[in-house]
Amino acid sequence: MLMENKAENKAVFDAESAKEVVKELRDSFVTGKTKSHRWRVTQLKAMLKMLDENEPQIVAALRDDLSKPEFESSLYEIQMLKNSCRLALKEMNHWMMPEKAKTSLTTFPSSAEIVSEPLGVVLVISAWNYPFLLSLDPVVGAISAGNAIVLKPSEMAPASSSLIAKLVADYLDSSCIKVVEGAVPETSALLEQKWDKILYTGNGRVARIVMAAAAKHLTPVVLELGGKSPVIVDSNINLKVATRRIIAGKWGCNNGQACISPDYIITTKDYATKLVDSFKCELERFYGKDPLESKDLSRIVNSNHFDRLSKLMDEEKVSSKIVHGGQRNEKNLQIAPTIFLDVPVNSLIMKEEIFGPLLPIITVDKVEQSFDLIHSSGGKPLAAYLFTNNKKLKRKFVETVSAGGLVVNDTAVHLAIHSLPFGGVGESGMGSYHGKFSFDAFSHKKAVLYRGFAGDAFLRYPPYTPGKLTLLQALLSGSIVGIIRALLGWFWA
Amino acid sequence: MEKSIAKLRETFKNGGTKSISWRKSQLKALLQLINQNEDSIFKALDQDLGKSPVESYRDEVGVLKKSVTYTLSCLEKWVAPKKAEVPLLFFPAKAEVMPQPLGVVLIFSSWNFPFTLALDPLIGAISAGNTVLLKPSDLAPACMSFLVETIPKYLDNKAIKVVAGGADIGERLLQLKWDKIFFTGSPRVGRLVMAAAAKHLTPVTLELGGKCPAIVDTLSTTPSKAKVTAKRIVGGKWGPCNGQACIAIDYLLVEEKLASALIELLKKTIKRFYGENIKSLKSISRIVNEHQFQRLVNLLKDPNVADSIVYGGSVDEEKLVIEPTILLDPPLDSEIMSEEIFGPLLPIITLKNIEESINFINSKSNPLVIYAFTEDETFKKRILSETSSGTVTFNDSMVQFLCDSLPFGGVGQSGFGRYHGKYSFDTFSHEKSILHRGFYPEIEPRYPPWTDFKLLFIKLAYEFDYFGLILLLLGFKRS
Repeated sequence: MLMENKAENKAVFDAESAKEVVKELRDSFVTGKTKSHRWRVTQLKAMLKMLDENEPQIVAALRDDLSKPEFESSLYEIQMLKNSCRLALKEMNHWMMPEKAKTSLTTFPSSAEIVSEPLGVVLVISAWNYPFLLSLDPVVGAISAGNAIVLKPSEMAPASSSLIAKLVADYLDSSCIKVVEGAVPETSALLEQKWDKILYTGNGRVARIVMAAAAKHLTPVVLELGGKSPVIVDSNINLKVATRRIIAGKWGCNNGQACISPDYIITTKDYATKLVDSFKCELERFYGKDPLESKDLSRIVNSNHFDRLSKLMDEEKVSSKIVHGGQRNEKNLQIAPTIFLDVPVNSLIMKEEIFGPLLPIITVDKVEQSFDLIHSSGGKPLAAYLFTNNKKLKRKFVETVSAGGLVVNDTAVHLAIHSLPFGGVGESGMGSYHGKFSFDAFSHKKAVLYRGFAGDAFLRYPPYTPGKLTLLQALLSGSIVGIIRALLGWFWA
Repeated sequence: MEKSIAKLRETFKNGGTKSISWRKSQLKALLQLINQNEDSIFKALDQDLGKSPVESYRDEVGVLKKSVTYTLSCLEKWVAPKKAEVPLLFFPAKAEVMPQPLGVVLIFSSWNFPFTLALDPLIGAISAGNTVLLKPSDLAPACMSFLVETIPKYLDNKAIKVVAGGADIGERLLQLKWDKIFFTGSPRVGRLVMAAAAKHLTPVTLELGGKCPAIVDTLSTTPSKAKVTAKRIVGGKWGPCNGQACIAIDYLLVEEKLASALIELLKKTIKRFYGENIKSLKSISRIVNEHQFQRLVNLLKDPNVADSIVYGGSVDEEKLVIEPTILLDPPLDSEIMSEEIFGPLLPIITLKNIEESINFINSKSNPLVIYAFTEDETFKKRILSETSSGTVTFNDSMVQFLCDSLPFGGVGQSGFGRYHGKYSFDTFSHEKSILHRGFYPEIEPRYPPWTDFKLLFIKLAYEFDYFGLILLLLGFKRS
């Protein structure tokens, strides 16, 4: 049923195959298996074991697909996933408990609660840049909420995709959790089916296709997309620390190929030179004189993206603005950390999400003008960053910049804070996950009202009279004084 | 029309809807609108739907007043950022989630509760600080005209607009880019709305419908409980707009042996509430228009269905009235049992054992509400865990709508997203995550060139194994 490239005759995964997969999972879900607390715990523990026992293989697959440094693989893919599993294991009991809701005098006597239930059979489509994290973190959420799951990893990270398929089949319950590998045809076949939720990580173009397909079945979606995440750099800061943190969030995250990587910088004309010098210094300290020789930088994922990034770099009015870097190795798909100063705002590099190791710096006269620049740049990004010690600037930033998430004086780390919902707004997506938000994303919050038989307000029922109207007005207002007054009026009338 | 929307966008961009004082002033103005125009509202509802003032107050005016008052009292609390916990590793740091308006939102409302379904979402959108375009349903024309004429007199025209028109206007609106679309209506149109929203990646809330069943298991308790059950069923079927409501009881499930007792009780209650025959029906809405009337009449055309009528069945085409009608065990594959009825026809399906109702309900798509009249605590638990619906209400009908603390929305074919109370505010907000960090202290191992030591350090840090970290730093752990 799953696509096998090995034999001469490829077993095609088409709409029929997809339908069968969904049916099998739905049959499993209906038995109530995935709802049980015990099942969820065993799956999460199995995933932890899977990560513990296969770290070298995961690191190797990521090296194959992305030349990802072991440090990044370990930290961002394995550690973060393990943390996610551990948090879910620790908190799941609490998350699964019904939440009491207040009831008012209007429905007295009554009690109310909100019960979390799994949505059913869900589809997770993940991206190529963090193939393990972006596949399995949503799966952790879906498991903790009690769903059956199909995971479609990205074909652009083939070693990771096939390792994920193998590990999930070996460690997790295949009757409830399946991996379907493949590219556009397989994804389309999956999207034709009826899911109870789809979580998609990727770009805006495909997200539109996913949402349109979901619309046919009224399937709710979470879309984790991207955008141009700006960094505003003020003066009077600890420049060394700021620079290092920007480098860590940009080139330290898959060489800029991350949805929350700083995309471009805005700083004042006066400060720009200092900033560029600081970058040069720290970049050399981190990656050496020849960054193409450094083991600590991911490569560009494939030649399509290499060409795309080269085009951005080579645009006439942009290539002359390089102030650092620019080295390339097409054979090895490497591009060195490259900084541009004052590219035109209508250049390609400033129009689309870069998703690579190129960092334009735009200068303004006064740092406050950065906000206008960000607002005029089009879609709301997934993240926005500000480095400053100025309280007023922080305040303005936090209140006026619209993005999925904001960080002051650091980059990217908000990803690791599970108490913060992680998601976009506008073009950067809809819905959120991480921590309890993952559990919520894959749950239906069912409202439950318990009523007794005492206290049947006769004035609900016909025949409707003006007297009843007055009483009803009082009852709906929920004010006890009003109710007593109206009742007295009724009795004394 | 595009000009109006550009104006809304400009108002939003200039911060016209941001301040709490603006939001409060709009909400207060809306309350004034309702208070000062109650009679006109009653008149419009009577004209469009034949609703009596008590029904109109109970289901529309009263609900809205309650909603605005509640929102006004809670707004400051809702708007305030909420603190989020930060692990020690990141010290010093502050994390919070701040709600922000989405921008320019589009609200489509339905004809059956033309005021509630238009203005309750509007309350949410305003409280969250958005600009709004409201498109009421043209199938309730008097109410639509009222909204078009009256809203500009009370609310801020630069931020809140109402547009009249039918499906063609709706289609045109859907081509444009919105920051959120809130839709109440049928699943069929819901699909169209979501497909159009997909082009712009616009998030949507869809409040749809379904066949809301009522499980009846309280007839053999005490006579008074049985009576109250009957009242609540009748009130929950024909009370809300004569069954034309997404949360109206669609059909009943009862044990075979209790069916006739149930029917007798229902008949008595119907006669007492609404009158003895179609000529003298009172306190009940009429069918909204000819098209819906024909649709309902057609449901009864199937001879097997017509044969199953045990009460009612008369229709008056001129007045668009269908009397409360009860059917006993119509064929399960008939249209009346596969489509949402949305009218005054009440099928009763009998079962050998009331527990079978769970399987029966699960054979259909998820409804907006499941009503269950039962005192059996085990059965209640089973219903909760083995069925899926937007809401479950035990031992009553309709009143869950009045509970501001309960989310109101569907699941599966009955929709997604929710509102009422704070959920209205949330549905029109974006919850923005914010993390504040200091420049010190620095965690050096974050930075390349990476070594085994740094890797071990970060691993321990990620596990929040502070003790292990100390050991590592003191040289007691080896990489």
